[in-house]
Parts: sequence; C-alpha cells; structure tokens
Amino acid sequence: MASAIELIGITKRFPGVLANDNVNLTVEEGEIHAVCGENGAGKSTLMKILYGMQPPDEGTMRIFGEERVFNSPNEAIDIGIGMVHQHFMLANQLTVLENVILGAEPTKKGGLIDFNKASAHLDEVGKAYGLTVDPFDLVESLAVGERQRVEIIKVLFRGAKILIFDEPTAVLVPQEVEELFRNMRELKANGATIIFIDHKLEEVLEIADTITVLRQGRTVETVKPANVSAAFLAELMVGAELPKPQLTAAKPGEAIGIELNEVTVLDSDERPIVDNVSLKVRQGEILGIAGVEGNGQHELVAAILGTTKTETGRIALMGNDIINSSVRQRRENGLGYIPQDRQEEGLLLTAPLWENAALGHQTSKPFSGGWRQWFIDRGGSRSQTERIRKEYDVRTPNVEVSAHALSGGNQQKLIVGREMVSEPSVLVASHPTRGIDVGAQAAVWKQIREARSRGLATLLISADLDELIGLSDVIVVMFRGRVVAKLDPSEITPRSLGAYMTGAALEEGAE
Amino acid sequence: MKRETFRQIALALAAPVAAVLFASIASSIFLLIAGSNPFTAYGDMFEYGSKLEIQVDILNRATPLYISGVAAAIGFRMNLFNIGVEGQYRLAAIVAAYVGASVSLPAVFHVALILLVAMLVGGAYAGVAGVLKVTRGVNEVISTIMLNAIAISGLIAWLVREWQAGGKVDSTGANLGVGTEPIDESGLIPNINSWLEVFTREIGKGKELTGILLVAIAVGVLYHILINRTRFGFDLRATGMNPFAARAGGVPDKRMVLGAMVLSGVVAGLVGMGEIAKLGRFSPNFVGGLGFAGIAVALLGRNHPGGIAIGALLFAFLDTASGVLQVTGSASREIVFIMQGIILLAAVIAYEVVQRFRIREEARLASALLAEETT
Repeated sequence: MASAIELIGITKRFPGVLANDNVNLTVEEGEIHAVCGENGAGKSTLMKILYGMQPPDEGTMRIFGEERVFNSPNEAIDIGIGMVHQHFMLANQLTVLENVILGAEPTKKGGLIDFNKASAHLDEVGKAYGLTVDPFDLVESLAVGERQRVEIIKVLFRGAKILIFDEPTAVLVPQEVEELFRNMRELKANGATIIFIDHKLEEVLEIADTITVLRQGRTVETVKPANVSAAFLAELMVGAELPKPQLTAAKPGEAIGIELNEVTVLDSDERPIVDNVSLKVRQGEILGIAGVEGNGQHELVAAILGTTKTETGRIALMGNDIINSSVRQRRENGLGYIPQDRQEEGLLLTAPLWENAALGHQTSKPFSGGWRQWFIDRGGSRSQTERIRKEYDVRTPNVEVSAHALSGGNQQKLIVGREMVSEPSVLVASHPTRGIDVGAQAAVWKQIREARSRGLATLLISADLDELIGLSDVIVVMFRGRVVAKLDPSEITPRSLGAYMTGAALEEGAE
Repeated sequence: MKRETFRQIALALAAPVAAVLFASIASSIFLLIAGSNPFTAYGDMFEYGSKLEIQVDILNRATPLYISGVAAAIGFRMNLFNIGVEGQYRLAAIVAAYVGASVSLPAVFHVALILLVAMLVGGAYAGVAGVLKVTRGVNEVISTIMLNAIAISGLIAWLVREWQAGGKVDSTGANLGVGTEPIDESGLIPNINSWLEVFTREIGKGKELTGILLVAIAVGVLYHILINRTRFGFDLRATGMNPFAARAGGVPDKRMVLGAMVLSGVVAGLVGMGEIAKLGRFSPNFVGGLGFAGIAVALLGRNHPGGIAIGALLFAFLDTASGVLQVTGSASREIVFIMQGIILLAAVIAYEVVQRFRIREEARLASALLAEETT
C-alpha cells in the first residue's frame, strides 16, 4: 500500500532565507505523525506547501501514491487534505452548523441553503469520528476546546482524509489537551491520517506514532517515540553542536540598567502570560532570554516598553520606577527598542528613511529640540540619518527613499542604527537578526557587542541559539510565562537548554 | 538629475490629469446618451466660467469646500474618519451667529470672537466623538454620523426656535422670519473685492468676494506646517501610516486620536463662516452639504494642502458653471454630479495605480544604484 503522503526533496527559498532544504517526509496512512522543530525550522513552510498555500521551488509530492501539484488550498482540499489552523477561523456570531458549512454550503434548487441536508451530513461526520458539538450553538458561546472541535469537524465535513494540525495545543489548557488527544485517537481509529506540528515534547511523545524532527530547514531524523526520550528529542531539535561563545564577557558594571520585580502580565482571557518574572540586567551586560515562542517573551517585552499593562510587579529603568510612565517617557529616559517584526512595529514603510530614523526619537535632539522644540528639525534629522547610513552601513541611494525600497537586512540595520546612535542606557532587542542575511547579521552582532563595551544593558530575546549563546553573558529560559532557569552560556549544553525550553527538565525534575 | 526631476513631476501630475481626462470622456458618453452635444455643453461651461463675476462665485464656493476638505484631511492623515464635519460646522455656525448677535464690539474683535466661538464649538462637538472612541472604543464613523443627526435635526432645530428673531423686521422693513438675530455690521467679515480688483477690472453685478478666503488660505498654510513640520504632525502621520510602529515609537495613541478629532472639528467650525458673513445671521435655510463635499474634496486632493485647493476649485467650478447649462439648454445641469462622481472614482483609482508604479520604480532605482556602487 502506498503511503498517505510522500514529500521528496522539498526545497523552498525566500529572499535571503532557505526555509526548506531538501526535506523528505513520509507519512503512512492511519498514523499520527508529529513534525517537531524549533521556530524557524521550516515546519510551517512545509505544511503550507503540503496544503497548497505555497508552491515548492523543488521537489515532488505524492499523495496516496499519486504525484500532485497544488495551485491553491482548494485543490488540496479536493483530494482530502485538511488543515486545522492554530488560530481559529470561525465566525463567532454564527452557529456551529453555519460555520461548518461556510464556503461549502449544500444548496437546494434556487440557491437556498439546504440546512437539513447539511445538518444530516454533520451528524454523520460527527458520529463517524466520535466528535460531538451541538450544531445550533453559537460559536461565541463555546469554550476554546469546543471551538477547536468545530474546526476539526469543518475539515472532516469537506471530506478530509489527511488532517494537518498546526500547533493545536498552543491555545488549550491541559484538560482540553487530553480531550483533543482522545479525539485524535478516535480519528485515527476511523482511518484518518494526522500530521501534528508541535514543539512540546511530552505531548509529542504521548500522542505520536512517528516523529520527524526538522532543524534549520532540513529533516534531521525520523524516530519512533518508544525508542527516544524527551531529552534526546530536545537535542535533535536544538542541534548537537552549539558554537562556543566567541567572546569572553566584558566585565559588567555595578549599576543596574533595568530591573523587573515579580512582573505579571495577563492575556485577554485574564490568564497570566507573564508569570511573576524577576530579572536584573546590569550595565555592560547582555541578558539572553531563550524559550520557544509563545511562552511570554513577547508580552514581557511589551510590558517593559509600556505598550501592555503590567498587572502586578515593578519595573525600574536606571533605578527609576517606570510602571506608570508612558512609552514616550520610557524611551526619552534611555530605553532603546528593536522590535521582533521590523515592518509591523519598526518602520513607516511609505515614509522616507529620515522620518523612519526619527521614529521613537522625535522628541529629542537632533530630530527636534532647542527653541523650536515643537517642530521636527528636518536638517538635523537628515544629517543624523546620513550618519546612521554611514556608520551602520545602510545601503541606500539616499535618505529620501521610502523604507519599503530597502532590503530586509538594510531595513534592520537602519533600525539598529537609529536605536544605537541615540545612545540608550538599556536596549530591548527582540529577534534582532531574524530573516536577514549573514552579512547583515554579523554587522548587527558587532554593533550590539560594541554597545555593551560602552556600558549598554541589553535584554536579548532570540530564537537563534547561536546568537543567544554567542552574545549573552547570562541566559534565562522562559517557559509558560515563567523564568525556569538561569544558565551560564559557557557551560551550556544543547541538551540542557533544549530540555529547559521544551519543559522536559521540569517534568524530569518533578519526578 | 534633471531627467529625474522631470520624471517626478510627470508622475505627480499623471494621476489627476488621467482622472480628469477619463471623467470628461465618460461624462461625454452620458451627455451623448442624454441627447446633448458634449462639446457645446463643455464650451458653454468654460465660457461662462471665464467671466470675472462667475470666477468670484467659484472662489466663494471653493472657500468653504477647501476648509471642509482640510477638516476631513486632518482626520484622514491618521486614518480617522471624521464624517461629522457637516454637523460640526452647522452647530458652530448657529452658536457663533447667536453669540455674535448678542454682543457689540469693535470690528476686529467682533469678527475674531465669532470665529473663535465657531472653532470652539466645532472642536468641542468633534471632541465628543473623540472621547467616545478613546474611552469606550466607539468607532468614530458611527458616532460622527449619529452626532450629525443630533446636531442637524435635534440641536439646531431646537436652537433656531429658542434663539429666533421672532417677528422682527430688518432695516428695509421686511420680516426676518425664523432665524437668529442679525449680527451688527462690525461682526461681518467684509468682502475683499478690492484685493482682486488690483489684478483685474472692477467686479460688477454686486458680486462680493468673501473675506473668508483669507482665512481659508491661512488654514491651508497652517495645515501644511502642522502636518509636515511639527512633532504633532509627525506623530499624526506616523499613526496613520503604521499605528503599531507609532505606538512602539512612543506616540501616545489615545491623546493623538482626541487631538486630531478636536483639531478637525476646530477647522470644521470655520466652514460656515462665509455664509454667516453673507447672511448676517443663521437661518433654517443655511447652506448644507459642505461637510460631505469636503470629504470628496479631501480624497481628490490626497489630503495635500495644495491638492485640496485644486479639488475645491474644480468642484466649485463644476457646481457654479453648471448653472449656465439651464440657461443655454445645451445639457441638463445634473450632469455635473455625474462628473464629480466619476472624477472622484477615477482619481482614487489613478492615484493607486501611480502609487504602485512609484513604489516599484523606487525599489528598482535603489537596487540599480547599489549594483553600480558595488561593481
């Protein structure tokens, strides 16, 4: 019998990034196959290719033994592939039934929706796979786990035989995870094939029949859960060879740049997303935060910057409490910020470079100030931008072009430059080299190191472990909103770091 | 370099020229369908519009359109849609007329007081929508539309009764009818015919060029300085371009929403001042629709101070010159509404096309220059 899915030699390139590099994946019919890997390992890209959202640059796909090329998800759906999205794609004001049939409505003569037929079919699907949801409930009245079940039914309703689950447990509480796993086993028992993307190792080991690990766009290994431990998987994900720290730490000063004291931030469901975190970064020190994405790093950064509300706890910038300060006051008092997504949070794409250089610093010299403090100093802004262009090697014809004309690496160098030339006392750098080429990456690293030797206190959040270990003086690991470990980068092993990041160390410690 | 400058100017002009050209062709088709000769109709309009007295009418019409356009544009620059200019200027006009009629002051102070009251009322009324958005998250489109209804068919209808001059007669002995008390001569902005007559001949037929034109020019200059030169303007534009980046850059989002809304209302308050100066009071047949026309003019002018001026003049020309069509009978007067609609639609599309072209061009230029540099 042919395998359900065979991906052979899949390669996908994005500008400056090799997302998938000759990836091979074979999924047998009727199994639960987990695909794990770090952020940026290429899992999502691979699934998007399989689901027809993006064409691969190279490689072939065989579904149930037949070679396929998809131009759109509709073609994938037609031959029985369905995707259960991580972020639910449901209309809250509609009923379960209406949501399920949305876009695939059975119709009567004259174009009217045949609700009887739809609900009968829904019943059939629900019974066949053991999934129960009242079809006439409004989606907004459902709990998160139930909504996910609606997503699954939606996919089955369209006749899917292969289901892709994109990090389905990320939004669930433990009890809901158990329920999901029961449903997944039920699906499998009824002949469905499941691909399951996750990076929580204990979950993967519990539910999967086969596990494929991706790292940096390549398939590392395919293993059976019975033969491996969580720690071994972590090592596979993170990579066995971590580079030695390239630089011994410059001696940090005594003064504390930024201090967080028992900081808690709540998410929209009032659950703590940052849970009682205390940190201290001294001047001339780089503190790296490791962690799988979605464990509270982003919210922690927002709390420091002041764009999100801190529920409890204190934050002190250079010894001054800033809990009640606005974002602007914090920035004026020496807080620099490199956002994780330069286009979303860092740039005004349609504005000229010199205006982009002013953003975040428009209240201070040389962008404004002096006797004309309410005006933008256009001359001063332009010459400052020229300076950034020269010192930070931003490749651009002039400072009048709009930001979207620059490549990603040059956009990032502009952002790093604008934060650095203002000589902040504390820098929060969130994934400062994500998605840029090697040359630009090296330049950014050099800038951060030089700033450290001038006494900058840096909080570095990164998914790139090379970067974290190479730059940081101390590394802390965040897991489920908490700081679970404080490590010395010179003594770190891939096993220990991976175990902490995926929570495996906590499980072992508890036993 | 010279070629580049030429290119840039050509690009900037491409969109409006294409839009007007397309609109003329499309309108001609409508005229032909209606059985009129488009050339005769356009010819009549241009001939009529070339008369000095008609040009005064056009300027008088363009002046409030321009102010209204700027009021809308202030909001648009930060993706804030103040649909309430209509209600703001009318409410501002009646309160200003009432206050103006109840005091007597030397001319300069009297005029200044009336303008100030109008601006304050406009700003305060727009501020209601701003406060609702900031504190309760109410979408400003919904709230300003509702505030329009409250102002026009509620507050103003009530105030007109409350403040009416009831049965009084003017100097010629005619009954004043419903409306506020007349404002003393000292409170009425004089016409500026003499300013225009410096360049041309004497203006006849009793036409008066509104003095508010000077206020409109000042509003345009201040708008340009505020938006393009000040920190407030930078924050405002940054929020419009990318609210997340602006927020991370320390722009106080709520304060900006409130500030932009109030400022838009302050300018909106001035829209009806020309009419007040002309009538000397507020009456129930006070000019309406300027707020909505201002939105169209702002769109046409791309929120640019100069662009809005061109848009206001174009719309004012069409509004005014169309009057002649009824006289000559060469076409139906309503054709100008069709033309205005088509111009607006064509302009929005043409701007988008040119913008995309410009973005590609810029990226190409940037990479070409880099390639040159590295080889």
